[in-house]
Amino acid sequence: MDAILLQILNGLDKGSAYALIALGLTLIFGTLGVVNFAHGALFMIGAFCAVTLQKVFNLSFQTIDETQTDFLGNPLKVETPYVEAWFGPELGATIIDWSVPLAILFAIPIMLLVGYVMERGLIKHFYKRPHADQILVTFGLAIVLQEIVKYFFGANPIQTPPPDVLSGSVDLGTMIGFDPNAIIYPIWRLVYFGFALAIIGAVFSFLQFTTFGMVVRAGMADRETVGLLGINIDRRFTIMFGIAAAVAGLAGVMYGPLNPPNYHMGMDFLVLSFVVVVVGGMGSLPGAVLAGFLLGILESFASTTWATTTIPGINQIIIYLVAIIVLLTRPRGLMGRKGVMED
Amino acid sequence: MLGLNKKDTSLLIIVALLTLLAPFILNPFPEGSAMAQFNAGYPDLMQRFVIFGIFAIGFNILFGLTGYLSFGHAAFLGVGSYSAVWMFKLLSYNVIPAIALSVVVAGVFSLLIGFVSLRRSGIYFSILTLAFAQMSFALAYSVLSNPKFNLTNGETGLQVYADDPQILQGANAPDLPHLFGLPMRATYTMDVGAWSFDFNAGYYLCAVIMMVVFYLAIRIFRSPFGMMLRAVKSNQQRMNYTGLNSKPYTLAAFVISGMYAGLAGGLMAAMDPLAGAERMQWTASGEVVLMTILGGTGTLIGPVLGAGFIKYFENIFSKINDNVLHSWFAFLPDGLEDAVVFLIHPFIGKGWHLTLGILFMLVVIYLPGGLVEGGQRLLNRLKRKKTDADDAPSGKTEPAE
Amino acid sequence: MTNKTVTRRGVLKSGAVAGAGVALPTIFTASSAAAYTNEPTGSSVVLGFNVPQTGPYAEEGNDELLAQQLAVEHLNGEGDGGCLNTFSSKALQGNGILGKKVEFVTGDTQTKSDAARASAKSMIEKDGAIMINGGSSSGVAVAVQGLCQEAGVIFMAGLTHANDTTGKDKKANGFRHFFNAYMSGAALAPVLAAEMGKERRAYHLTADYNWGWTQEESIVASTEALGWETVNTVKTPLASTDFSSYIAPVLNSGADVLVLNHYGGNMVNSLTNAIQFGLLDKVANGKDFKIVVPLYSELMAAGAGENIKGVLGSMNWNWQLQDEGTKAFVKSFGEKYGKPPSNSAQTCYAQTLLYADACERAGTFNPCGVVEALEDFEFDGLGNGPTWYRGADHQCFKDVLVVRGNENPTNAYDTLEIVEITPRAQVEYDPEHPMFAGGDLGQCNPGA
Repeated sequence: MDAILLQILNGLDKGSAYALIALGLTLIFGTLGVVNFAHGALFMIGAFCAVTLQKVFNLSFQTIDETQTDFLGNPLKVETPYVEAWFGPELGATIIDWSVPLAILFAIPIMLLVGYVMERGLIKHFYKRPHADQILVTFGLAIVLQEIVKYFFGANPIQTPPPDVLSGSVDLGTMIGFDPNAIIYPIWRLVYFGFALAIIGAVFSFLQFTTFGMVVRAGMADRETVGLLGINIDRRFTIMFGIAAAVAGLAGVMYGPLNPPNYHMGMDFLVLSFVVVVVGGMGSLPGAVLAGFLLGILESFASTTWATTTIPGINQIIIYLVAIIVLLTRPRGLMGRKGVMED
Repeated sequence: MLGLNKKDTSLLIIVALLTLLAPFILNPFPEGSAMAQFNAGYPDLMQRFVIFGIFAIGFNILFGLTGYLSFGHAAFLGVGSYSAVWMFKLLSYNVIPAIALSVVVAGVFSLLIGFVSLRRSGIYFSILTLAFAQMSFALAYSVLSNPKFNLTNGETGLQVYADDPQILQGANAPDLPHLFGLPMRATYTMDVGAWSFDFNAGYYLCAVIMMVVFYLAIRIFRSPFGMMLRAVKSNQQRMNYTGLNSKPYTLAAFVISGMYAGLAGGLMAAMDPLAGAERMQWTASGEVVLMTILGGTGTLIGPVLGAGFIKYFENIFSKINDNVLHSWFAFLPDGLEDAVVFLIHPFIGKGWHLTLGILFMLVVIYLPGGLVEGGQRLLNRLKRKKTDADDAPSGKTEPAE
Repeated sequence: MTNKTVTRRGVLKSGAVAGAGVALPTIFTASSAAAYTNEPTGSSVVLGFNVPQTGPYAEEGNDELLAQQLAVEHLNGEGDGGCLNTFSSKALQGNGILGKKVEFVTGDTQTKSDAARASAKSMIEKDGAIMINGGSSSGVAVAVQGLCQEAGVIFMAGLTHANDTTGKDKKANGFRHFFNAYMSGAALAPVLAAEMGKERRAYHLTADYNWGWTQEESIVASTEALGWETVNTVKTPLASTDFSSYIAPVLNSGADVLVLNHYGGNMVNSLTNAIQFGLLDKVANGKDFKIVVPLYSELMAAGAGENIKGVLGSMNWNWQLQDEGTKAFVKSFGEKYGKPPSNSAQTCYAQTLLYADACERAGTFNPCGVVEALEDFEFDGLGNGPTWYRGADHQCFKDVLVVRGNENPTNAYDTLEIVEITPRAQVEYDPEHPMFAGGDLGQCNPGA
């Protein structure tokens, strides 16, 4: 029982990242009809926003300490971050400690801008082109973006630890009557889950309860008619692209403490996020979220010893297996609208 | 000739000349000169050009004609390679049975996957093929290489060991892939002055096979079957309404392109008897998509050009390092030399991915029809210039009507 | 065509062209003039450095490349000479190899066996490289080693830790300086027993491919020999980026030690996840929970950051060693590049010098001469203490380091501290040990 609960928890947590990335991807597809292979790269850029902020906070001046030596035997250069010098050691250390949550504030404008520039500068020219061209150009963009990040940050993963108070783990099991150590879960992963729910909630409320959102939804359903009503739907879609980029970016910022960011993390998520979108139903926002969490949970269960001994290698192929089964039995995906790309 | 019209015949002849004379064409720079870095006329790369050309030609039969975008074709290439190496292990190092089996196995494999995947179209078809291919990769990389049932030898790659049966291997036969005794690696090097040209047996085997399959591709493109496939691309619904079932046609195209991929895989193993699982990864499938689109989807020659373009970058640009750069720009003053090297540095050597990514984007943005369109535009411009020049004097004498 | 001449690349025997069963296969270039593949005829000799320059191991490849360039400098008599001054063999003069200036070409393995073979072939066929060195994974090492055997050039392996490289897949033309999974187990087990006691229950997470399996096998065997129990061994897909679903059940499994048979990005993430779950703060079976990472590297340690504190592992070499060879190498590397070298850099540096030295001693670049000079060669002064290149399987035998993540690092580079230098005798094994059996070195192949 506790093992099952643990894997469900785990799946929800894995699913949070899937859902957030797929949400943006399906939003772009639903509004602009563009298959965006650079979406994983946006997730990666988000994570590197946190890395950058952490590096900025850690910008240091050097003082030479004659009493210590470095690896070549020369006097050691001690580095003190400017933040600590300006705000005093304690406040400075706290700022550095909280750099990941602070990076959210830093990432939102950057990601909106990146999304805006990407749509206006590149994607715009590809609305009328075949999907294959869109895939190729966004794939090229993804390569370029990740190579640029690699050039500046290197290929090695970079640790972005969570704030001290939010690191470590809690024993959830004892709270609901299990033995100690039965359900231990890291605090930051719970934070991530909550964060994902908040973002998903925000996106849905935005689309549901604002006029802007209403127009966008109308545009998703019937772009032409909305255009005929004299509404500049393109402009709104551009903004939605920015929002989709911001969602992916924020997912990346908060993901850093779970697994240290590296330049190819976007590509690692790319195939998977497409599978999530398709399983959920192309262009369906609730579908993307549902499929994200569902696949997260299935993946978690497939990695248990029980599953891998029953079917060897199931943990390697579960995602694809699910995609194949869903596509063959219910081609419009779990929550896709009837008639949308259903053949 | 050979049932082709004049235009296609000349295309075939051009391709034949290009492949047969490749050792000269690809080695334009004298050995030892600074530009020799850009020479591509060594056996391994020439083989790769042709093999990936075959792969892309086959992919184009599916994608270019029917519009079905498969993201899983690398799986057929991988299966072809594995079957070929198994033939080396079990029978002998003769490449004929190996290549034959690789085509057959890839054909059967693509029939299975195609039958299931073609129940959907559009992006769903792409995702289905992607899912099948990724499953094959995951299975080949770890599950099917466990010590109890080692079909693929996993990470290391399937290779021939001394204790393999090789029941048909003759006592005198070469201990590496050969065609009735002619080793695939045999190379004749011709030195002309400062130039050096390699003529490799394996390359010519691949080249001949490519010409044959290129000819087949032309025939398919021009046949009623090809017309039917084009009809699927332009409007499948209308086709269905007329009472035609398009599925057998698309499935046939899928299997044919799968067999092309298997052939390419078999040839790869024949040139170098080791089959690695990475050739089945989705990025490898993506590569052939890139080759086809980059060269020009739906054109006959485009995929071959695209394949050459990408393989050239992968193999030539990745090898340019700072040392080479310094030797090129050594004639500049020191400070300037460093500055130039610093500017180029991010794009070469370990930065070759960046260059490739930028080029993809440029080609897709400015040449939607791929390299073929670029070539046509260039030709047209030249032609126009010529006609302009012709027109200019004649314009004067022409009487006004 | 009339002025064609027979040169170093030579011509194919006409018999082969006729295709009538030739006695000897001709590989790459067959030649009546050259005695072996890519025999250097000019005033220089070309070495091929094949390292990952793209993909997840790019940093490691970069470090290897820096070390290889340093080695070339030292061989050509530039710089401070590095380990040439401390090397027990004095054959190298700093005037290149056999009087020929050393040049090098580079290639990108992409950490894929196919790409690695393609780039090695290009170096051999196009650039005339006579030796290939480098790499950062066992799959690549085995693939390239096989290629070099067929092509008739020497392969000096870089970082490759799987037993198979000098076991099932050993080749006469290939040499490994790096240690292997068996040695890791043999070196680690006694330290583990001393630090954690003999009654421990271990839980293994293993990367699901060849290297992971051999390492798991080695560690399980050597810890069980000391009385440990293995609770479970779980295979994780190589493509995994998040290990939470594998780590979560560990605490409740009755285990009190977690062994991570992971490398590279896998190791960084699985260790980070394990720390997140607070495993190191827990008590299981009345003992403090421990984590072991059998194969460490400096770059992975840097990637894992704070998380490696107190975690035990093994290494081939570390820059903090105090012998003369290490000091000389760290000094010239550090002064040139501003950072201490990693152990993969050291292995590539040492391999390049060893190759050059073997050529000098053999008096030829002929692979067969080099193989003979390297087999059962005893040397010292390259940083690993007295070392023996065993002739039976072309594996180097030397001390193995057991290291631990430093609790109080003083700078960015001393994230690992040396716990013990396990003497060579303790990690030696019989060439026919079951974990290594089944291979065949074969004959050295000079190519032509």
